[in-house]
Order: sequence, then C-alpha cells, then structure tokens
Amino acid sequence: MTLPGQDLDALYQEIILDHYKHPQNAGLREPYEAEVHHVNPTCGDEVTLRVHLEGEGDDAVVADVSYDAEGCSISQAATSVLTELVLGRPLPEAVAVHARFVELMHGRGTVEPDEDVLGDAIAFAGVAKFPARVKCALLSWMAWKDATSRAGGGAAFEAAEAAGEEQA
Amino acid sequence: MAAAMEGLLPELEVIRKDFPILERTLAGGHPLVYLDSANTSQKPQVVIDAMVDHLERHNANVARAMHQLGAESSGAFEAARDTVAAFLGAPSRDEVIFTKNASEALNLVANTLTWARGIDTGFTGTRGGWDRLGEGDEIVITEMEHHSNIVPWQLLTQRTGATLRWFGLTDDGRLDLDAIDDLITERTRVVSLTWVSNMLGTINPVQEIARRAHEVGAIVVLDASQAVPQMPVDVVESGADVLVFTGHKVTGPTGIGVLWGRRALLEQLPPFLGGGEMIETVRMEASTYAGIPHRFEAATPPIVEAVGLGVALDYLRDVGLEAIRRHEEAITAYALEGLSSLGGVRVLGPTTASERGGAVSFELDGVHPHDVAQVLDSRGVAVRAGHHCAKPAHARFGVQSSTRMSSYLYTTPEEIDAFIDALGFTREYFGRTA
Repeated sequence: MTLPGQDLDALYQEIILDHYKHPQNAGLREPYEAEVHHVNPTCGDEVTLRVHLEGEGDDAVVADVSYDAEGCSISQAATSVLTELVLGRPLPEAVAVHARFVELMHGRGTVEPDEDVLGDAIAFAGVAKFPARVKCALLSWMAWKDATSRAGGGAAFEAAEAAGEEQA
Repeated sequence: MAAAMEGLLPELEVIRKDFPILERTLAGGHPLVYLDSANTSQKPQVVIDAMVDHLERHNANVARAMHQLGAESSGAFEAARDTVAAFLGAPSRDEVIFTKNASEALNLVANTLTWARGIDTGFTGTRGGWDRLGEGDEIVITEMEHHSNIVPWQLLTQRTGATLRWFGLTDDGRLDLDAIDDLITERTRVVSLTWVSNMLGTINPVQEIARRAHEVGAIVVLDASQAVPQMPVDVVESGADVLVFTGHKVTGPTGIGVLWGRRALLEQLPPFLGGGEMIETVRMEASTYAGIPHRFEAATPPIVEAVGLGVALDYLRDVGLEAIRRHEEAITAYALEGLSSLGGVRVLGPTTASERGGAVSFELDGVHPHDVAQVLDSRGVAVRAGHHCAKPAHARFGVQSSTRMSSYLYTTPEEIDAFIDALGFTREYFGRTA
C-alpha cells in the first residue's frame, strides 16, 4: 500500500515563505501601551510584541503592532501576516479576525477559511493539518491578544467570546 | 564506499532485523530513517517479548505478594537489578536503585543532599564532609548540561543558600578546563556533569574532573544518559560517586531509570519519597526506614519496565559495548563528512568523531531547524529540532535552536546518505523563492 505523502507544499505555501523572507512591520517601535514576551517552551521560539491602541472601547483602533521574533518559517510568517491583518483596523474587527484565525488553526484541516476575513492568513489552512506546527502559527497571535488585553483592549475579546457563545 | 567502511557492526543487517520498527514505511511510502536515538532508542524484539511474557504469565506485585506469581515477579525484578549491577561494574547490587528516569534519579540525589545532615564523603580532602549544605558551599555543574542536570541543582542552591557555579565551554564545544582550579575548590561539595553531551556530543574527561573533585572532598554525580547506551561504562573506573541513566535510551522501555551510588554515600542519605516498601516499621508517631536500595524505592515500582531494561542491557552486552562504540564512531564520522560536504552547515560541538558521541547538532544556513525537521520528516527521516533541553548550551553558541541527528547500533551508512540527500533537498526547497 502506498501511503499518501505529507503535502509539504500545502504547509509551505508561497505566501508563507514570502512573509518569512520578507517580514512586514518588523521591529520594535514607540509608542506602545503594552509589551509582552511569549515563548514556545518546547521549541524555543520567541516573540516580543508591542501594541499601541488609539481611542477607547468600541472606538479603539489598532494603531501599531511591532515585534521582534525568532523562530521557524511558520511562526515568523504568522507574525508578519498578523500585523498586516490588524494594523489600522478598529479593534473589534481585528479581534474578529483573531477569532477566525484561531478557529482555523484548531480545525485540524476541517475549517474552510474565508479569504474576505483572513486575507493572506488563508495560506495557513494547511498548517492546521500538522498538529505539531499549530503552536508555531499561534505564538504571535496569542502574544497579540495578551498585549492588547494589557493595553486596555481586553473587553473586545470578552465581547467577541460572549457573542460567539450566543451564536453557538 | 559504505560497504568498506571500517568499524561498522559486522552483523548490522541481523541487528536491524532485531528491531521491528525499522521495517516501517511512513507517509509517501518512504522507509523510516530513524536518526533520533539520543531522544529515545528503538526497542529490539527480545525486549518487547520479555515484557509481553512478563505481563502475560508472571504479573504480580513485587516484594509484598506471598504467592507463586509474586515470587516470580519479584525474582524477575530483582534479577534486573543484578543485570544492571553487573552491566555497570557496581561493587554491590544494593547500590542500584530503580527510578522513573534519569531526571528522577538526579532529583533524588539533589533533594536528599538538600535534606541530609552530617555527610562524610569518605575523601581525605580539605574538608571531606559537611553538616548541612548552606552559604559558602558550592555546587559545580557545566554549561552543556541537559535541563535535568541544571534545574535540580538550582532548586538545591535556592533552598540551602549554597552557590551554583559552572564550567563554561570552549568554541569547539568542550568544557573549559582551564578554570578547573578556580571552580573546584575547598568550598565545592558536589560536582555534577554529563559524561556525553546530548547536544554537542562531547565526551567529557570525567575521570580527570572526578580526581580533582575528590582531592577537595567533593562528591561527583555523573549523568550517563548518553554514555551508557553507546560506550563501555564502569562506575568504579569512572570516578563517580553517583551515576544515573535512563532505560529508554538503552533499547529498554520508558518509565525506568537507574541511580547507582556508592554504598557509603547512599547509606547517609535520607529517604526521597515516602510510602510502601521503603520502610522498616511505621508507627503513627514516626517511622524507620529500609536499607538501600529499598529506602529509595517507595511504592510499587515499574516492574515490567525493569524486566525490559534488564533484557535490553543483556542485548547490548551480547552485541558488545566496544563494538557499539566503534560502530557509532564510524557512522558519526561518516555523517560529519556528509554534513561538511554539503556546505552551509555549522556543526555545534567537536568535529572529530573519536572525541564525541553519536548525537550531532547543526545549523543549516538559512533554514530554521523546525523547517529542516519538517522537510526531513516528509522524506521519512526522523531527527530532532529545538533546544534539546539544553537551552544554556545553545545560548553559549548564540543560537536559539538546532537540528540534531543521532544514530545508534542499528544505523546504516545508507541511512546517513538518505539524511544528507534530504538536507540538500531541504535547502533547495527553501531556496525556491527569493
């Protein structure tokens, strides 16, 4: 019996390798309200990430996300894509994108990604089929959630979670 | 040419047949190329069969079951202790203590030393003993230790007020021994180090270090987790006062480790875990404890795992540790040659096979270790990527992580060829976009 091959190309989409080699919005910048440092203890990948919010409550806007990250192609590309997707957006919108990305990553390949919401992040659909790499893709997204909450944006995540539960 | 390679085990094809997993095919129809033996070794059929047989025919608790099965199970468990003692050249079988793994063994010695009162090391050094560990006492480790030989000593020093010191590393991945007289002094109580590095592969001059430690009355703890699988080990010759290793890296099962300790030292250490079978008598007010080894073996031990370990060590002894060492050296030399022929590869650790074990960590220029391991895995080549539980050693070389290939007695030159080919493919794969 010939077993199906592991589809490397599904994991390493051109978009991912492109973001890996040309990371967007990299570097640490001022001003910021919160800075977090997240690590993946099993592999050692690390990210230091800063969040700058403008405005308050539902009117808050993701004014800047800056970072210094070290890790594999998947974790680096995920950080780059994250910044592209959330920068300049109203916080509730950015939080909704976050929720969809997390859902995609935890879907084990069964979630059909919505390109209108996820943009370049749909390239990560293949990563969900490699359980060992899901945590690579999520490292900076979790760091962003943490930093945003510390920067005063925690209510947006709570609201999104409450809405999600209502829907379910 | 591989066929003419000197030092390979003459019966390599027969040995490979002893390990059923090596027949496996992985996704895409690729045959398994298992180069992660420093992580855990594969198991020969004799070990698997012995464990199944024990569970099918002899299963009972040990030491406390008064029936025939209990006697058989106890006999098998204690026979495994005899096997380990003989394998290590231990002066007494009572000096062999079964633990869960090497980490538990290291925690056992670090914790009991934390609690011990009135230790006489038996060495006629400057002090040769102490009442209790505290300020002014020093524990010496090295920068190339596995986390399991760092964290227990950090805990000990935090709890006692003693100071943790360590050997640094040279650029080629050896211990910086120039500092030995500064590091090992009359303040030193314990020197704990790895015999063979799990990341750099370096074989350390443990006898020389033990000699110096004993001169100042300190005790020596050796982490032999990577040494016992691949070279002859004699605990007395090694100079160790305590030596630990784990079962699953010597073709045995997981869940069983070994602590060997000099009787005179073990007898001075207080119990580690309290519970069944480690006692002499228990009253509500207080208890007295069993002698060694049972004092350190509370509760039902890993019985079938001990049986499997005994058979594994018999298996290695039958193949011959000298022969296994020669095989590892030949395969490692071949792998190092292949890596250097690729270009863009930086090996972390000594590049002379005779001075290192069979674990080779490296960087492939421009490709993260995670991605290297992923692409290799898609071609059936199993390696490890990450910090290999040796973050300080990685930091020493300015890297966050590395890829590690590690061979064993079943590794063939053709598998090294497949590994090197796959690395070439990996570089091409990641070079495809600019």
